[in-house]
Amino acid sequence: MTVETNTAQFASVSLDSGATLAPVTVAYQTYGQLNASKSNAILILHAFSGDAHAAGLSSETGKPGWWDNTIGPGKAFDTDRFFVICSNVLGGCQGTTGPSSINPQTGCPYAMSFPVITIGDMVQLQTQLIDSLGIERLLAVAGGSMGGMQALEWAVSYPERVVAAIPIATTARHSPQQIAFNEVGRQAIMADPDWNDGNYYSSRPPARGLAIARMVGHITYMSDESMREKFGRRLRQKEKFGFDFSVDFEVESYLRYRGSQFVGRFDANSYLYITKAEDYFDLTNAAGTLANAFAKAQARFLVISFSSDWLYPSYQSQEIVRVLRRSNHDVAYCELPSNYGHDAFLVDVAEQSEVIRGFLESTYKEKA
Amino acid sequence: MPAAAAAQAVRRPFVGEVLGRGDFAIISELVEPNSKVLDLGCGEGELLAWLAENKGVDARGVEISAAKVRRAIARGVSAYQGDIDEVLTDYSDHAFDYVILSQTLQETRWPLKVMRDMLRVGRHAIVAFPNFGYWTVRLSLLFTGRAPKTGLFPYEWYDSPNIHFLTVDDFDQLVRREGFTIERHYFLSGRYRLHFLPNLRAAIAVYLIRK
Repeated sequence: MTVETNTAQFASVSLDSGATLAPVTVAYQTYGQLNASKSNAILILHAFSGDAHAAGLSSETGKPGWWDNTIGPGKAFDTDRFFVICSNVLGGCQGTTGPSSINPQTGCPYAMSFPVITIGDMVQLQTQLIDSLGIERLLAVAGGSMGGMQALEWAVSYPERVVAAIPIATTARHSPQQIAFNEVGRQAIMADPDWNDGNYYSSRPPARGLAIARMVGHITYMSDESMREKFGRRLRQKEKFGFDFSVDFEVESYLRYRGSQFVGRFDANSYLYITKAEDYFDLTNAAGTLANAFAKAQARFLVISFSSDWLYPSYQSQEIVRVLRRSNHDVAYCELPSNYGHDAFLVDVAEQSEVIRGFLESTYKEKA
Repeated sequence: MPAAAAAQAVRRPFVGEVLGRGDFAIISELVEPNSKVLDLGCGEGELLAWLAENKGVDARGVEISAAKVRRAIARGVSAYQGDIDEVLTDYSDHAFDYVILSQTLQETRWPLKVMRDMLRVGRHAIVAFPNFGYWTVRLSLLFTGRAPKTGLFPYEWYDSPNIHFLTVDDFDQLVRREGFTIERHYFLSGRYRLHFLPNLRAAIAVYLIRK
């Protein structure tokens, strides 16, 4: 299945900060067919560094989408039955307006003049996309990590538009530990002289800072177990220690590779803005308590966490589930066993697919 | 009553089976259509899926085994992993029409607290339990002199999930002491419903109670 990225233009989006961004472009992909009653649409929400290319093979690069093991014919999000949409988030760098986009006022990239955005802003822009596709209600909103935050935001802010929400490996509010790791990443970028206060688009990007930020990120996405399994203490192409600071260990080599690879596909300023949006995410901000936040939600929920995920630990999912249960919301929850840490929702998907498939099936049958 | 009719009443096959179980058949009769049901210890969600499909109930389940929760959700049941002894306190009063506890009461740490919570959270409680006063259990203890091992209690004493053993009479007495009302009760031996000497002859008891 070859897929293409579409773009949609919107006049403006009003942001939580009070600023207005105009105009705005959204990059998105769709898979499957929208049915006549428009009741089979599912919005997939990507994580921090994801993009609109969630499934199929890209017509440009030939590469599979980031959740191709989960979206497609016969898969958890079965594109033979459902119409699946995925868009790049506001502030991103994969086709949707972000700090690397040209500011029409100046003819230059926004850089740090781009307004600070929130998860709520990302979702608000997604509602404009869904409107433009003529869809009133989504059968489901689903995503892991930051995608899960967006799914929760949808269920809370647009209750009448969401039949079911599937937040995976996520939280209702970013914890100090999560903020701390994001801040390390941001500081790494801003400490790189090439960052140049964000003005690097016509010169050299802050590749070293961005690579270090990504290295830290990757550590948090894995688990102690998965790193021991994958790398152990194995040395990289040498029999004994080098007694210098070149690469000794496999794990060092892996992190450096991941870091440098990321530089080629991601914008450092987007890193700053999107991590900031994550850090601001707290459903209790406006509502006072989580119970108040979920009071108006109408969706059926499937909450999933993973046993070895220490970045978004299960207790954060369980907090969501407990609040939903207390207020008699329809909620299913399971912690799936996995050694893959936070990455599990992307790579260890057999059991996750089983529960998503069953949940969607019964939701579609009963409520759509 | 003529002897034949009495025998008929005693040995009358009851509602048969739902999903291969007599207690499920009774529960499925007791639950009103389109009601809200919470099943404690819902296993793989078989009963809840059946009730949702056939009686249109709004079904929720709690189960301690992660693997079973997974299969329940895959079956379309809104289940979550949790410990019965803990989760009930989370629900508001009368959040459900029925709270079901099917053959799990004897496995809970605090059965009395569980029953009180069930009748706070649900308008009705349906409790099914294996009767420790069943004659085969008594004979097993009498003749072997060891913790009974029978079809209903197949475990060695040291790896049994059953930590509170109760009989039909024990349950009756507790219900009286707590001031609960028994709306219906059923005593089963195999596929048959019993009326006489249930404490000795019933393998399984099913009670519909309310406050």
